[in-house]
Amino acid sequence: MIDKKTGLWIYNKMNEIRDFEETAWTLFTENKLRGSVHLYTGEEAVAAAVCAQLTDEDLISSTHRGHGHCIAKGAELDRALAELMGKATGYCKGRSGSMHIADFTKGNLGANAIVGGGIPIATGGGLALKMQGKPNVSVAFFGDGASNQGTFHESINLAAVWKLPVIYVCENNQFGMTVPVWQSTSVKNISDRGAAYGIPGVTVDGNDAVAVYEAFARAKKRALNGEGPTLIEAKTYRWRGHWTGDPEPYRTREEVEDWREHRDPIKLFRAYLVQHRITTKKELDEIEKAAADKMAAAVDFALNSPEPDPAHVLDDVFYEG
Amino acid sequence: MAKLSYAQAIRQVIEQEMQRDERVFVMGEDVEKLGGVFGTTRDLYKEFGVDRIRNTPISESAIVGAALGAACAGMRPVAELMYWDFAFVAADQIFNQMAKTRYVFGGNAKIPMVLRSQQGTGRGNAATHSQSLESIFMHIPGLKVACPSTPAEAAGLLRTAIRDDNPVCFFEHKALYITKGEVPDDPEFSIPFGKADIKREGTDVTIVANLLYVSRALEAAEELAREGISAEVIDPRTLVPFDYDTVAESVKKTGRLVVVHEAHQNNGWGAQVASQVGQMVFPYLDAAPVHLGAKACPLPFNPALEAAVIPSIKEIVDVCKAAMYR
Repeated sequence: MIDKKTGLWIYNKMNEIRDFEETAWTLFTENKLRGSVHLYTGEEAVAAAVCAQLTDEDLISSTHRGHGHCIAKGAELDRALAELMGKATGYCKGRSGSMHIADFTKGNLGANAIVGGGIPIATGGGLALKMQGKPNVSVAFFGDGASNQGTFHESINLAAVWKLPVIYVCENNQFGMTVPVWQSTSVKNISDRGAAYGIPGVTVDGNDAVAVYEAFARAKKRALNGEGPTLIEAKTYRWRGHWTGDPEPYRTREEVEDWREHRDPIKLFRAYLVQHRITTKKELDEIEKAAADKMAAAVDFALNSPEPDPAHVLDDVFYEG
Repeated sequence: MAKLSYAQAIRQVIEQEMQRDERVFVMGEDVEKLGGVFGTTRDLYKEFGVDRIRNTPISESAIVGAALGAACAGMRPVAELMYWDFAFVAADQIFNQMAKTRYVFGGNAKIPMVLRSQQGTGRGNAATHSQSLESIFMHIPGLKVACPSTPAEAAGLLRTAIRDDNPVCFFEHKALYITKGEVPDDPEFSIPFGKADIKREGTDVTIVANLLYVSRALEAAEELAREGISAEVIDPRTLVPFDYDTVAESVKKTGRLVVVHEAHQNNGWGAQVASQVGQMVFPYLDAAPVHLGAKACPLPFNPALEAAVIPSIKEIVDVCKAAMYR
């Protein structure tokens, strides 16, 4: 059972992420956003339920579909949206757009535009935590597609051999861009691959925040006990296309509608919180309203932020300190 | 001052820096009991334990990526690849991740890591273990590139690399490991990046060379001297940053520039230096700047074939003489 404080935190983050993603979608259709934008709508339970169990001292690495992880790990909606719009006030000073939001002060080692690129980095974060003797964990978020990259296999093997406090969270959203998992992946459950490296692999319903929360809690406990990594596969579904311009020839509208209607992670978690009398509908409505207000302020902030000055485009290639 | 080999000089600096700063650690293939193929970490595990001298699986992407992640999280890794040729296995982690992390994160990251390896010909390692690849690393913004040619420079530059808060690619040459020279034992001895060293003074032609080709350029200079041509030999020591000013000042004096390296001629770093310095000192030039590198051919195994691909001392002498119109 999830306690009230945690439940409300998760519910708030899920709503913030949903609002952020759907706002980004709208802005994109209005030509106020450009570039590669990969939306996380429908997968919110995973980032929120995992990051609810992390502090700023815990580390994550994220993916090209990384807005949700970054927001759940403490990124502010306004600076994140400003980065998507290439503004000077964005997390990366407008240099990186959607796919590189990072904030080391919050333990976010960065979204990563290369599929599988962040997995070794989170692994190294776990190595640092272990060598520093810190009571923290490192989390690699990645998708089903990344589980076919060499970095996935190399990193998990390394973390298993060194018993690093790393938790590998695979968000299986059923498609690597347009290719369905059955067509690209040799196992039915990606978590089966944990066995290849002698570590636990568990598959959970990624649209069920409680299931994700409980699986991650076990993995975190194991990592902090020095027993090494766990592979968690959260089966989920992305509502939007791979990117904002995806014609989606690989699935039917009915299939997407079915997930939206019956498997919406926010609706499911809301029902859980109410049914278990953890909170009231009124309190949840207030959270939704607050998230929407925060998002509206973020849009205002981003739209009214200055463009970056090209005079500084060469700054920060190297640390000059 | 002690007489050390190039390999011993590197080992000494790693040891001193690990004693000085507990965030510094080594990870790579066979670095523990073997001490690396060339002994640059020999017996260090006895002093520092296997936690700080870490044998890794043969997983180059994980080696580089985990070192990068550890650097992001407050450590100062010295990661080793067995051969620079293997960098291609880890290319994404080097060129897309390590090089770009600071910039793409808006300058909000420091990446204090060293990626060391060795390269080059001379041991019959053939096409995939003998390449000289530094030009490729210069091409991608965000990586510093150091290439010591003597034991003292190996020591001084490696200390600077380990203390630098940027990713440094440290290029050693396999044929230099057994060469010996005086190395200061001062644990603060360092050589700044971006400061070339004039290895021999001369007045007629400037030869710029790195790694093994510094000694070959010096041999060529001896031969040129016998023919009455005075060559100045400059070792840039770091390619990123590159000390164009020292080279340009030299060429103002000599009027001629020859850049020679073991890296392939095509798009080799010598072309960049010849172009840049040529523009800086054009009014002083008495001949077109030239550069000389290995021929456009994978490096062969047989010693005579290998020698036919990389620049010979005679070829260096000949291009210098051609620059003198002789």
